[in-house]
Amino acid sequence: MDGSEVLLLSRAQFGLNIGFHILFPSLTIALGWILLYFRIRYACSGDPAWLATYKLWTKVFALSFAMGVVSGITMSFQFGTNWPGFMQKVGNIAGPLLAYEVLTAFFLEATFLGVMLFGMNRVPGWVHIFASAMVAIGTTLSAFWILALNSWMQTPAGHAMDAGQIVAGDWWQVIFNPSFPFRFTHMLLASGLTAAFVVAGLSAWRLLRSAEDASARATLRTGLVLAAVLAPIQPFVGDQHGLNTLEHQPAKIAAIEAIWKTETSVPLVLFAIPDDDKRRNDFAIELPKAASLLLKHDVGAELRGIDSFGSDTAPVAPVFFAFRAMVGIGMLMLAAAWAGAWATRRGRLPPRWMLWTLSGFTFSGWLATLCGWLVTEIGRQPWLVTGILKTADAAGAASGAQLGASLTGYVITYTAMFLAYVVVLTHLAGKGAHP
Amino acid sequence: MNLDLPLVFAALMGLAMLMYVVLDGYDLGVGMLMPAADAREQELMVASIGPFWDANETWLVLGVGILLVAFPVAHGIVLGALYLPVAAMLIGLMLRGVAFEFRVKAEGWHRELWNALFWFGSFLASFAQGFMLGRYITGFHAGFGYTLFALLVGASLCGGYVLLGATWLILKTQGVLQGKALGWARWGLMWVALAVALVSLATPFVSESVQAKWFDFPRTLAPMLLPLATLAAGWWVWASTGRLKRGEPESDWVPFAAAVAIFVIAFAGLAYSLFPYVVIDRMTIWEAASHPSALRFMLAGVVIVLPFLIGYTAFAYRVFRGKARAGLYE
Repeated sequence: MDGSEVLLLSRAQFGLNIGFHILFPSLTIALGWILLYFRIRYACSGDPAWLATYKLWTKVFALSFAMGVVSGITMSFQFGTNWPGFMQKVGNIAGPLLAYEVLTAFFLEATFLGVMLFGMNRVPGWVHIFASAMVAIGTTLSAFWILALNSWMQTPAGHAMDAGQIVAGDWWQVIFNPSFPFRFTHMLLASGLTAAFVVAGLSAWRLLRSAEDASARATLRTGLVLAAVLAPIQPFVGDQHGLNTLEHQPAKIAAIEAIWKTETSVPLVLFAIPDDDKRRNDFAIELPKAASLLLKHDVGAELRGIDSFGSDTAPVAPVFFAFRAMVGIGMLMLAAAWAGAWATRRGRLPPRWMLWTLSGFTFSGWLATLCGWLVTEIGRQPWLVTGILKTADAAGAASGAQLGASLTGYVITYTAMFLAYVVVLTHLAGKGAHP
Repeated sequence: MNLDLPLVFAALMGLAMLMYVVLDGYDLGVGMLMPAADAREQELMVASIGPFWDANETWLVLGVGILLVAFPVAHGIVLGALYLPVAAMLIGLMLRGVAFEFRVKAEGWHRELWNALFWFGSFLASFAQGFMLGRYITGFHAGFGYTLFALLVGASLCGGYVLLGATWLILKTQGVLQGKALGWARWGLMWVALAVALVSLATPFVSESVQAKWFDFPRTLAPMLLPLATLAAGWWVWASTGRLKRGEPESDWVPFAAAVAIFVIAFAGLAYSLFPYVVIDRMTIWEAASHPSALRFMLAGVVIVLPFLIGYTAFAYRVFRGKARAGLYE
């Protein structure tokens, strides 16, 4: 087995693990806040239906959180086992950011989660609300540090050289690097939409079985209203994020839009099959001048193509398709959220076909998040840290056999865990909340 | 201020690892004891660790996190050398973590399956951790004797965790289950005693630098106190469980405290043997340390966060003090 295959196995293993992991935080970040909302509604109304609702969704949260914790622990080891070059080269930056995540976020959420899950009868109401708030703050802080690191890997800033080592010159600039505000906002909105659709989808699933379930009707409405509010904000933030990427990572934009040659008045490729070998698009459907208009707000503007970046470019096809899938799913989610919010206005129950549709949309946020993650991570290749460290130079020395054996173990474990998770979630939702 | 930052972080890493071993040790131990209990007792056992296991495992992330961020070169060497046992441990931790959540929601044979996975995951993670420790203290040398030694340490750590788990149950339960836990604790203690003796005998033969340290008179006087202290702590477990068994007055936290003392002493011995190496005989903590700017930035965070961390951890243990109650989710 040669080096490139080992690198591919290493990437496949880490990609599998991080792709599996990202599902659960992207749900729990926002679900923590939704839970806090349910908890406060119960505290204000004293209505046992809200309490039952809160308890049901606490179970969903606990399950998702556990999935996130165990796959997250795995990641903290795989940094060393799969990418030792990453820590050797940029450890002085990446290390402290990860350490701050553990210190400020992990312990906070894990400790108060115990109080939140098991302590309701043991502490006064306000302490329990406080614990719920700490869990929500913890998950959000965790996202803050991870997105700071990921953004720094995309658009490094604030670093300096000292005795041949990369060190932080200005931590403020490292954390608030150019793409961080956009990426963090984009991720929080993605989490909000993911959680909103999980809440709405599982509530719709319950209502298909028992249309009179008042708790499920309330949570369906909560999920749909939240989704209907967030869904139109996301494309706007995404657009700003894209402009930021154009400024700092133009090669990624060229891959996203499948622009092979540097030109003026560039058309927007709506659909095509990019051919990475021949460096051209087949079966392209294009909108004349639209890419220049979208990205530069000027129909005659010049955009850099893949050809201007030499060999340092990402594979175009996966980035191009993942981006279109993300946008497409996002649009469908927008339509579903608005239609659903309209159909549930003033306590109405949507028709069954719409409940089925919403159930089908339960995990739509995950698909869109995964697609977006593929765009941003594959779009950065061949770099692991833009302009500083190439992915190939960070890989570890694990043999193909070791990687193969552990990868098999992970695939089996993750598949079983994921199936069990979905089964238990639908089972919980099907039973509904019971006061 | 002129702090020896690598030393500070080595101490912090040691503290985090010790916290992890003691805290997750008791809940892994409870997991391994599951097959010895009946269905109703299993609910109590799970309830006794429910509020804590998430936070307990976070100490592992902190310990490995400090290794990763403060000693990045060593992190690569250590985890690279332990590639497969790390994967086994992670799969074990994953299985038991999710099994813990799933089993509550499952019924019938599903619950039995998750119980089995909870047990198996706890065992796999514990054994892998001991195996890794064995490989680590022998400097990752290949060979039959070294592998056998690592397997021995793996088995010992399982015994140690069973002891911690059983004494935790003595503290958190009462009646019949507590009576059973007293028996488990004594079996665990005998297992640990045998293992500690074997490991202590074998260690000087598998590591030359450890050998040099142990038999370098008069420096050996201080570490010679450690086996005596271990004996005293072991006796303390035996005597206190005996008194509880016979119904004589004894606080139910004593066996757990004594078991923790065994771990703390063993840890001190280990730290004495290894220092100042982070990869034995190959790399000291100063050679492996990150840049001072990174360490200073992290130390600021540690100093600010640690009091809060200790505060709310103490708060959580206070909230859930006393005997465990079943059906916490309801």
